[in-house]
Amino acid sequence: MKTTRRDFIKISSLGIGGLALSTSPILGWVPSFLKEDDNTPDDSTAKRYPNYCEVCFWNCAGWVYTNKDKDGNEKIWKIIGNDDDPNSNGRFCPRGTGGIGMYYDKDRLRKPLKRVTGEDGNQTFVEIEWDEAIDIVAKKMKEIKTKYGPESFALFKHGTSGKHFATLFKAYGSKNMAGPAYSQCKAPREEGFRMTFGHPLHSPEPLDIRNTRCLVLIGSHLGENMHNGQVQEMSEAIENGASIITVDPRFSTAASKSKFWLPIKPSTDIALLLAWMHVIIKEKRYDIDYVEKNTSGFEQLKNHVKNFTPEWAYGITTIKPDIIRKTAREMAAASPAVIIHPGRHATWYGDDTQRSRAIAILNALLGSWGRRGGFFNPEKAKLPKYPMPAFPKPKWSWRDIAPDKYPLAKMGVTNLLIDGSHPDKKEGHKIKAWFVVGTNLPVTIPNSKRTIEAIHNQEFIVVVDTMPSEMAGYADIVLPEATYLERYDDLRLAQHREPTIALRMPAAKPYAETRPGWKMCKDIAGKLGLSEYFNYNDYSEVLDWQLKKIGSSLDEMKEIGVMKLDRKYNDLYFHEHMEHEFETPTGKIEFYSNGMLAAGFAPMPVYTKHPEPPKGFYRLIYGRAPMHTFSRTTNNPYLMELMKENALWVNPKTAKDWGLKTGQRVWLQNHQGAVSTFSIAVRVTERIRQDSVYMVHGFGRLNKKLTKGYGAGISDTEMVTDVKIDKETGSTGMRSNFVTFLTEEPEKKEKTV
Amino acid sequence: MRYGMAIDTRKCVGCSDCVVACQTENSIPHGYTRDWISETVEGMYPNLALEIRSERCNHCDDTPCVRTCPTGSSHIIEGGIVKVTHEECIGCGACIESCPYDARYFHPEGYVDKCTFCDHRVKNGQDPACVSVCPTHCMYFGDLDDPNSEISKVVAKNKVKVLAPEAGTKPQIFYLV
Repeated sequence: MKTTRRDFIKISSLGIGGLALSTSPILGWVPSFLKEDDNTPDDSTAKRYPNYCEVCFWNCAGWVYTNKDKDGNEKIWKIIGNDDDPNSNGRFCPRGTGGIGMYYDKDRLRKPLKRVTGEDGNQTFVEIEWDEAIDIVAKKMKEIKTKYGPESFALFKHGTSGKHFATLFKAYGSKNMAGPAYSQCKAPREEGFRMTFGHPLHSPEPLDIRNTRCLVLIGSHLGENMHNGQVQEMSEAIENGASIITVDPRFSTAASKSKFWLPIKPSTDIALLLAWMHVIIKEKRYDIDYVEKNTSGFEQLKNHVKNFTPEWAYGITTIKPDIIRKTAREMAAASPAVIIHPGRHATWYGDDTQRSRAIAILNALLGSWGRRGGFFNPEKAKLPKYPMPAFPKPKWSWRDIAPDKYPLAKMGVTNLLIDGSHPDKKEGHKIKAWFVVGTNLPVTIPNSKRTIEAIHNQEFIVVVDTMPSEMAGYADIVLPEATYLERYDDLRLAQHREPTIALRMPAAKPYAETRPGWKMCKDIAGKLGLSEYFNYNDYSEVLDWQLKKIGSSLDEMKEIGVMKLDRKYNDLYFHEHMEHEFETPTGKIEFYSNGMLAAGFAPMPVYTKHPEPPKGFYRLIYGRAPMHTFSRTTNNPYLMELMKENALWVNPKTAKDWGLKTGQRVWLQNHQGAVSTFSIAVRVTERIRQDSVYMVHGFGRLNKKLTKGYGAGISDTEMVTDVKIDKETGSTGMRSNFVTFLTEEPEKKEKTV
Repeated sequence: MRYGMAIDTRKCVGCSDCVVACQTENSIPHGYTRDWISETVEGMYPNLALEIRSERCNHCDDTPCVRTCPTGSSHIIEGGIVKVTHEECIGCGACIESCPYDARYFHPEGYVDKCTFCDHRVKNGQDPACVSVCPTHCMYFGDLDDPNSEISKVVAKNKVKVLAPEAGTKPQIFYLV
């Protein structure tokens, strides 16, 4: 995060020598009255093309500007937000602004690659033509279908173009598809909220932050995670004098803006949440009318939290009882304009659905769901589906890999597909081949050793990406994708206060021989006899067809980029005089959940004690930096300048114990013996608890083809081998690992791909 | 007319969008920048304070950079914006030495470069790129001579500070604290 002027100066001073030789001071001199301004760009003469961002899942809509370079060629110049876009309000975050780095990255994939084994037994990639690549993929898909059935081919996907591949797979006969956005991120939150309110939150989360009086962040580091609209609204809330309560073992940026910072002992959040409920119920500070009208199981909850006093929680969380009381009263005073933020990356300790339930219940006690300054009711635009035949019905799906597990999971569980792909899967349904689109599994799924064992057990792997990711290193065939700046995709129909439609269109021709995902799918489908599912020549035809059905057109959207629609219903907030029907079994917000009980889980959240770091070890916490999105940006030429590698945050007392200094490089070893491939620079800082260390996720890239990202810092995923599975949803708890410092480089084999 | 900037450190999250927006808007080569983020942490765990600032040329009233420039390439245009005429600059570096804010750098094409307040945008009625992009709306740009401008009101209403006041350069970027 820290960008110091000195770093840049150091680099720029290298240029001095060259400069003195290349200019002639005398000839360069002009009288000041003749001074002309330098050639400067001008928005009014530049061309602009609408797009929505693909550097993260927030998908902000904006404009891609092009202008002419010195040689007169039209080039992508900059990206700025679209004022009509509710996700960005016309202001992109650094990643969106730096999205042009995805286009200009010199390490991009250029041409399809095929794995070949030489006479010496060494495997290498060779460049092949698209026709050959498509032929091989289609032939293998046919072969797998004949040998094992289409269900044995799994699709891992992330991002917008994943939708084209999902269509291909459904047409082919496999519903075995999953993405880390669920089981490595939102699953416990979505299902915890579904079990409470009957409704998951989706994205962007419908939080009325700009109108809130009190925002409670639990492990959510808004501002470091640049969930754009939310960061903007947090700023508005600060301006309006709202109070912020941040619960985080680290003094995050958000903590520094907070009235209260609660540096909680990691893994004890549920105890704090229960104590807050205790105070709010005991002191009758909950929204009595709301609770009476809208909830079920209040008496059971009251009884449940009776003994969870702040004094009880103090011993667990290390947060003082009077701070627990003060913060409970602070949020209750703001009720119903209060938000206990549901978070997004919620896969921490393996009891994450329960923690999400606790957060949901606390919100319900304070009456914030459906209220101004709490949770609003979002609306999403609907478009008619482009005609295609019905999909065949697969014989089995991801759920059948372990039918008795994870009953609350509502979407494909990535790690379950990996379980089905692993050599230790002896019985039942097995996965035999992978299609991986825009997701970097070895860096994303914890316990990468197991992922790689599953990879080696596959008969065939296709990877679609724009970059030589670690995953691409394991592919049999690599299909190079055009970036979002060079292609059409589906219209974005994001939920928000008002529904909108946003267009993505190319601002430049696809780089080298890259192609858009839809084109790959259409060509593969052609070879599989599935052309009727891709009945168009160019994806723009699909968009124009859909837009014309609602009285617009592609041409209109090219002019405006974002179309704002009116809400169908006037129900952004609850109407106080009306009864509300929730989509739960009782029709009410469920404090007590019979559904949870029937599925074999606690009907109300309970605190479970988790392992603590052994002596000499520290809990590894990871998170985000505002200029990076996981491993997606850790080679981006613009964003890497802002943060070239991650650093290890270490409390001064810990540093003293180990004799560590800021800038010193260390290697890490976790409590199960996993050793980091690379080293990381220590950052000694008061901003973290003594029992924890922190690093930004997505660094320590292993693929040598990534000239900026390779070996820059440590991959936190590498250090996460002890995974705590959330039994409700199957998602992977990853804050459950402890590391110690190795101050000398450990001996080991190079582990690069 | 006196252009200036006010930056609300209470809202800034240090995301560095101002840095990238400046780099793309002004086609700054990789490895160089006209603006940057600074952080100051004070206190001891758990009683801490963090200040995050977006920094750049302060477009000072009293400009050692312009005074020390031997060719006149460093100059002041309407509204007090300090600029460098690239064609006239001999890259002697005197201005870089004289600046208390480290706000200037050697451009690899052979001249000294710095923040222009995006005067090419300002003359069209637009905000500088950094201001227009900031997701937290923590930056204000405008005419400090006009008491009714947003920036004048913001500066008047809030507790503000400037950086390195001891240098005596009368900087025109105000930080809300």
